[in-house]
Amino acid sequence: MSTIATVEMDLRELAAGAVKRARELGATAAECVVGEGSEFSTVVRLGEVETLKESGSRSLGVRVFVGQRAANTSTSDLSPEGIEQAVRGAIELAKITSEDPMGGIPAPEQLGQIEGDLGLYYDDVYSLSNEERIELARRAEKAALAGDPRLTNSEGGTFDACILRKVLANSHGFSGDYRSSYCSISAVPIASDEAGNMERDCWYSVSRTLAKLESPEEVGRIAAERTLRRLGARKVKTQRVPIVFERPTAGGLLGHIFDAVNGDAIYRKASFLAGKLGQKVFGGNLTVIDDGTIPGGFGTRPFDSEGVPTRRTTVIENGELKGYLMNTYTAKKLGLATTGNASRGLAGTPGIGNGNLFLQPGEKSQDEIIRGVKRGLFVTEFLGFGVNLVTGDFSRGASGIWIENGELVYPVEEITVAGNLGEMFSNVSEIGSDLIWRGSVACPTLRIEGMTVAGE
Amino acid sequence: MDKRFFFEKYGLSACDLEKYLGAALSAGGDYADLYFEYVTSTALSVDESMVKSASQGISAGCGVRVVTGDRTGYAYTDNLAPEKILYAARTAALIASGPAKTPVVSLKETQRPSLYPIADAASDAELSKKVELVFRADKAARAYDPRIKEVRASYADELRRILVIGSDGTFAEDIQPLSRLSVFVIAHDGEISAKGNSGGGGRHKFEMFLTEKTPEYFATEAARQAIIQLGAVSCPAGEMEVVLGPGWPGILLHEAIGHGLEADFNRKKTSAFSGLLGKRVASDKCTVVDNGTLSERRGSLNVDDEGNATNNTMLIEKGILKGYMADKLSARLMGLPNTGNGRRESYEHIPMPRMTNTYMLSGDDMPEDIIKSVKRGLYAVNFGGGQVDITNGKFVFSASEAFLIEDGKITAPVRDATLIGNGPDVLTRVSMVGNDLELDEGVGTCGKDGQSVPVGVGIPTLKIDRMTVGGTGSAA
Repeated sequence: MSTIATVEMDLRELAAGAVKRARELGATAAECVVGEGSEFSTVVRLGEVETLKESGSRSLGVRVFVGQRAANTSTSDLSPEGIEQAVRGAIELAKITSEDPMGGIPAPEQLGQIEGDLGLYYDDVYSLSNEERIELARRAEKAALAGDPRLTNSEGGTFDACILRKVLANSHGFSGDYRSSYCSISAVPIASDEAGNMERDCWYSVSRTLAKLESPEEVGRIAAERTLRRLGARKVKTQRVPIVFERPTAGGLLGHIFDAVNGDAIYRKASFLAGKLGQKVFGGNLTVIDDGTIPGGFGTRPFDSEGVPTRRTTVIENGELKGYLMNTYTAKKLGLATTGNASRGLAGTPGIGNGNLFLQPGEKSQDEIIRGVKRGLFVTEFLGFGVNLVTGDFSRGASGIWIENGELVYPVEEITVAGNLGEMFSNVSEIGSDLIWRGSVACPTLRIEGMTVAGE
Repeated sequence: MDKRFFFEKYGLSACDLEKYLGAALSAGGDYADLYFEYVTSTALSVDESMVKSASQGISAGCGVRVVTGDRTGYAYTDNLAPEKILYAARTAALIASGPAKTPVVSLKETQRPSLYPIADAASDAELSKKVELVFRADKAARAYDPRIKEVRASYADELRRILVIGSDGTFAEDIQPLSRLSVFVIAHDGEISAKGNSGGGGRHKFEMFLTEKTPEYFATEAARQAIIQLGAVSCPAGEMEVVLGPGWPGILLHEAIGHGLEADFNRKKTSAFSGLLGKRVASDKCTVVDNGTLSERRGSLNVDDEGNATNNTMLIEKGILKGYMADKLSARLMGLPNTGNGRRESYEHIPMPRMTNTYMLSGDDMPEDIIKSVKRGLYAVNFGGGQVDITNGKFVFSASEAFLIEDGKITAPVRDATLIGNGPDVLTRVSMVGNDLELDEGVGTCGKDGQSVPVGVGIPTLKIDRMTVGGTGSAA
């Protein structure tokens, strides 16, 4: 363990050293991020290992302010010469940028981090031998292809593991460091019908610890079920019907809300929710929260990419727009305070990312919601990206299952579903009780009225 | 030209390279290669008429691949010290099991064309000149119409140096410049808002942005789109005739058939196009190629990321499926010609078959006759992104600028139409092909399995007899 401790110390010192060097060279403020990661992935296809990948990498990003001028550089060369070049490069580059009165790193009083173990890191994700990792992927695929002769092919079963470390230092003396881990299992079976038409679908389990990963058999079984139910899909007539969004697609819709309350889109008036703080924008049954502090969450971090502690922000409360999600810059532009949502890779300016974003669940199960639909569509997958945040217009390719008299009757594909996000979230008539975290965004099953299904 | 860049910068020798290949094949395997990469990049943008920030980056590393049958072992390092490369080689070798193999000792340099300039590449231009481009774009977009309220113009370039060596004797170096200028605008008119997007670039000299593809050219185009969209009506929903304008709407080919013709999906028989070689997949007016050999184009490459020269590959000839796009692995396993389509995002990634510049050749129809032939339909001229499900062939793409066609005339602009179709049959419904092939301006980035690579697309004006259009308006 002593070697790991030494390495950790080095990276924090490295980041602080780069900041110090930037100040010496004339930066009025500076920030340095170091990222370190190890990744393992394997794909087993039709029982044989198809790929096996294992590697680690490190790189560093520097952001400097010279007065009100900003610039940033990144490098994968962490030698003293490489870092010197990156720091000098950033200062040099700041000469060509404009003075932006709103620029700068967070004020000292905004900096800080959540103390204690947030449950982000478990070293068990890297505890398996290659043979054991391959076996997990193999079992997931095997389960995905078992039990039905129509499951004839596969894009494979996978096992992935990843360990990341992020170090941040700035010229106000902030120094932070956290590690995170994840592992996942997935399966992508392909089924074909008598006519040779093929369908594929997938399922996965992801966890910060091996101990909580679902069994490969369970992942494979669900993947198979999802794939088989798509066989024999048809188009439907163009019409307006109630639409039930299965959790993954409902989460996609919630992701559009995130984009629309992103401080960057707001101050630019590039969102249909710009300027509507305090107004009723959606139906009174909708409450949306972003919480970067939930222990073990996929969107949890002790501090954001600018060194501001993460927090819980109510975005929508009973249909009213309560808060935007912001970093330091966009908050200044809007005359508000950062919500600790700064997000960045190593290169570039900080952007905005969600913490654990979710929609408050309702009472009914998914089955009950489907049973309540006389004639409508159950959407299980989106295809394409037809969303205009400026207007809220929404039109995406979709596939799913047709509902008649509360029963799922036949699969549907080659259709689009369209509406306007503002209207859609005002017309949510049912919210499921099934809030399940499979990533940093979670949304229960939703039923929405008044959307257009375009088909034949 | 600074040949042997990696030899000089990292003190590599031919002897070291053989040693690394030897380590990669130390546990057996059919083939091994090493991919060295060194990329410098610059990006800056103007936003609210200020250059708020600028970025530069350096990324370097080496990826080692070992192939045994259809199995691939892969490892990479961002530290090019000999012991790190050897470690990566031994890690990649974990996939193999058997007696050590000896790589071909005489590495033979791949003859490569010069499809793009090295001297005066965009990345060599002075920073101040790059800054001037984005300021000019900002000014031109705002000058177009007072309703243009938000302008973001960005400039990005990179210079990628690669060296690929393979146990089959492959030795290929290349220096690949790439640059792009983009303009995004938002127009506000009272309560109504609309956006516009334009941009372009390629592997050309910086001068191109000062002569032909100027900031004013892209800025005016983005502003024009936004102002037109201010007057847009909701898009009708349902099946109708669709006319695609020339150039960037070629993304239809990319999504509808391009991905389905990448050899890996066909080797695994997971593509809706599997087993259709020699069969009709399009109307006889359609001839489609993937051509990585066009001069200075965004999707062009002297050599692919496996060290093979790129090609002009016939995919569909007069409606008949003629070929797939292959990399080394697919070509060997399927007994197909290697078309030089092995590409990867960076040294961290395993190469796979990818498109370069994919386009349909011109036909005989006059574009105006195509419009005239439509009673009621959609004329789509600009697109956002698209996506395809390779297995069932269903694809969608989103039009950012489209108009209704009524009685042979282009009428009202419509808001955000989405087009959805089925890859193996959409081209069978192409009834007219214009004589006006255009390639896109050079903005395309294609994603597959989490890897992004620059690509080009193109089509002449096309008429598709029936396609589903997704909108909220009443059925056409």
